[in-house]
Amino acid sequence: MYDVVVIGAGAVGCACARELSKYRLSVCVVEKESDVCEGTSKANSAIVHAGFDAKPGTLKARLNVRGSEMMQELSEKLDFAYKRNEAMVLCFDKADIPALDELLEKGHKNGVKELEIVSGDKARELEGALTDQVEAALVAHTSAIVCPFEMTIAFAENAYANGVEFMLSAEVKSIDKTENGFKIKTSRGEVAAKLIINCAGVYADKIHGMVSKTPMKIIPRKGEYMLLDKAAGGLVSRTIFQLPTKMGKGILVSPTVHGNLLAGPTAENIDDKENTATTSAGLNDVRNKGALSVKNIPWNKVITSFTGLRAVGESGDFMIEESDIAGFFDCAGIESPGLTSAPAIGEYVCELVKSRLELTPKDNFIDTRKGVIHFASLTREQQNELINKEPAYGRIVCRCETVTEGEILDAINRPLGAKTLDGVKRRTRAGMGRCQAGFCSPATMALLADKLGCGIGDIKKTGSLESEVYAK
Amino acid sequence: MKTSYELIIIGGGPAGMAAAIAAKEAGCDDLVILERDNVLGGILNQCIHNGFGLHTFNEELTGPEYAERYADKVRALDIPYELGTMVLDVTKDDNNDKNVTVISPERGAVTLKAKAVILAMGCRERPRGALNIPGFRPQGVYTAGTAQKLVNLEGVKVGKEVVILGSGDIGLIMARRMTLEGAKVKAVAELMPYSSGLKRNIVQCLDDYGIPLLLSHTVVDIKGKEKLEGVYIAQVDEKNTPVAGTEEYYPCDTLLLSCGLLPENELSIGAGVSIDPRTNGAFVNESLETSIEGVFSCGNVLHVHDLVDFVSEESARAGANAVRYIRNGEASGESINVTPGNGVRYTVPCKINKESITDSVHIRFRVTGVYKDTNIVIKSGDNEILRRKSRILVPSEMLDIIIKKEKLENITTDINVCLEEAAK
Repeated sequence: MYDVVVIGAGAVGCACARELSKYRLSVCVVEKESDVCEGTSKANSAIVHAGFDAKPGTLKARLNVRGSEMMQELSEKLDFAYKRNEAMVLCFDKADIPALDELLEKGHKNGVKELEIVSGDKARELEGALTDQVEAALVAHTSAIVCPFEMTIAFAENAYANGVEFMLSAEVKSIDKTENGFKIKTSRGEVAAKLIINCAGVYADKIHGMVSKTPMKIIPRKGEYMLLDKAAGGLVSRTIFQLPTKMGKGILVSPTVHGNLLAGPTAENIDDKENTATTSAGLNDVRNKGALSVKNIPWNKVITSFTGLRAVGESGDFMIEESDIAGFFDCAGIESPGLTSAPAIGEYVCELVKSRLELTPKDNFIDTRKGVIHFASLTREQQNELINKEPAYGRIVCRCETVTEGEILDAINRPLGAKTLDGVKRRTRAGMGRCQAGFCSPATMALLADKLGCGIGDIKKTGSLESEVYAK
Repeated sequence: MKTSYELIIIGGGPAGMAAAIAAKEAGCDDLVILERDNVLGGILNQCIHNGFGLHTFNEELTGPEYAERYADKVRALDIPYELGTMVLDVTKDDNNDKNVTVISPERGAVTLKAKAVILAMGCRERPRGALNIPGFRPQGVYTAGTAQKLVNLEGVKVGKEVVILGSGDIGLIMARRMTLEGAKVKAVAELMPYSSGLKRNIVQCLDDYGIPLLLSHTVVDIKGKEKLEGVYIAQVDEKNTPVAGTEEYYPCDTLLLSCGLLPENELSIGAGVSIDPRTNGAFVNESLETSIEGVFSCGNVLHVHDLVDFVSEESARAGANAVRYIRNGEASGESINVTPGNGVRYTVPCKINKESITDSVHIRFRVTGVYKDTNIVIKSGDNEILRRKSRILVPSEMLDIIIKKEKLENITTDINVCLEEAAK
């Protein structure tokens, strides 16, 4: 029996697991997909929000600001891409400027530092591509961007290094309350746990309902995005938000931490928790609204579009608490700023768990982790040293992103390694570039097939796989 | 290992090999071909169908056979080539030398020097993302070339029920190939009112197998979360906008995309070469020299060809011209612009220096639509250089006009290539 089972290996689940791994506990993460970071965590705006948006006094506000404060140090210790690029909230109508002031005020109440309001002209001075319609802007100097895949994978790998087990491709089918805990039936067998942390994203209500009688509803809110070629990545350097108006919430235009340009998301509440399809109406909406903020976005440089689903609860706040059933904890309704808040949610959950379990810190906790080397970002000397040691780093597999065979092999062979094309892509960026895996996928498939001992034709793009329990 | 050359050729496909052979035959011994793949031949290696070489060898070869003839000659002429070698960037220094940074397991990451460089990197396919097709992003959506590689080189059975979007030549070839592999190809949808592939491929790859070609149609939705389940195809109006109510569902496990090829010019752009937005290839002069002195471009990286024979011919000229540059430096004399006029999408070259022409000059171009009973007219002001009647012109067929040097003797102002309606 595990002390704790975390259900869901997204950013929140992995952050909770990592935080729990600081203590002398047996922890297992159960995930229905074959990889971590397969749900909401892989399809979002990738922003580390400063924290001016959430309602003061809410858990959301508190954990956002805390998460934002933690992120830089975590990115250094756990080796994931992070960049403090600042953000702007644009106001297009003089009549809306009071709303901008309110936002500033809200930020101050939430404890966000380094906020200021600038004129439209000043905003255009800072970001030359902003449209002439911009009347004023709130500048948030602590806003940042992050690689959500690298971050989630880093949490997971670090948790694993500290003894957390991962059970992948294991969908939770039912949960029974037992005398001293829970029995969790999954598509890959049973696990028992004293405590459960429900981090199941858009399915948190379903998991909650397997145990509790109190109602919970999580509404998937669809957000469509367009990702542009790196050639367009320098159009803006800050994350450009729009002030919510009666016309709607608006969309953001932002560089990504790897240098692409991202525009989105739309916001549409839907019923189907699996509906990650893009629509022509949604993509048009992104184009139209994006053009309000930034001039001449080169939409012909779009390399892919995608949809993410935010897990929206009914309370408007994160629902992180022990449920009516003792020992069953929910982390539900983790919509934006969930990515930013994830590490803070991990800390908070540990605080909650203390009421049920004694948490004794480990003295051998490993608080650093090395990610897959990004060959392209190394100096010439470092590159040659690496090729000398391991010739696979001298073979470029992904031309667009300059990813070597060495990096792909590392991504496949490391613990909790990639088992699908998307898994390799998220760890190395192979296939993430302008040709969108046209050239590199056969080579990547061959490397995966070699490791998994199957035919090239059996390699999957994504999804659950058979026989893969990851235990130390 | 050697790090300084007279001539570096980037790419060992049909363009790079033809350029290297011509350069060697023009007397350049100090050259090297850099190829990122583990074999010479480029994309031809996966083109196992026949139809290559009619112009060059007067016989029908498969892609690998065509490539092998050139590879054999490269070896027979002792032209050095390095495989598994990726060029990361090209720059020019103050002495007009070119610095070519490469990476390979053998060399590591090093910078090579050359007096001249020939860009012969070929092209890539336009991916789904760039087409903005809405829907899910499941397994089973491939560019036609990726599927071709998987089927022909890796022996993977890609799918059983296939829809193809775009009627580019690779898509048409793959319609036949998938059929021969036992798959059912349900339709080829083409956004334009005409095919972007060669007529002979439509006949031999679609008509012969009863595969319908749906002109003015496109894919408007993709179904299936993890694996492709089907696509919706709708008609489009004259503005290429889908017509509501015309959607039809095609269950399928494979969607192949053959929606255009893009010259792969990231290296050229990095080097500062000016790119023609109409071709996405370099602006070149009569010698196939780019805006950077001593940097030449040929083959599909210059403009997408439909016949490899044209690639080889063009690239041989680039090879010979590069050697002339290495020996004599830049030609003196003024250049005359070549511009596309009515009905002509682009021209290669975009300027001509008469001093550099030995005997004749090629002007290659594509038309903007389907034209019947038309005259191709090449003129400079009132001076008509050439007029040629043509029964039918289509965008899928590149035109190649050869103009004798003496025809240009009195020409001093811009040369315009256009179409004029012919008298019936």
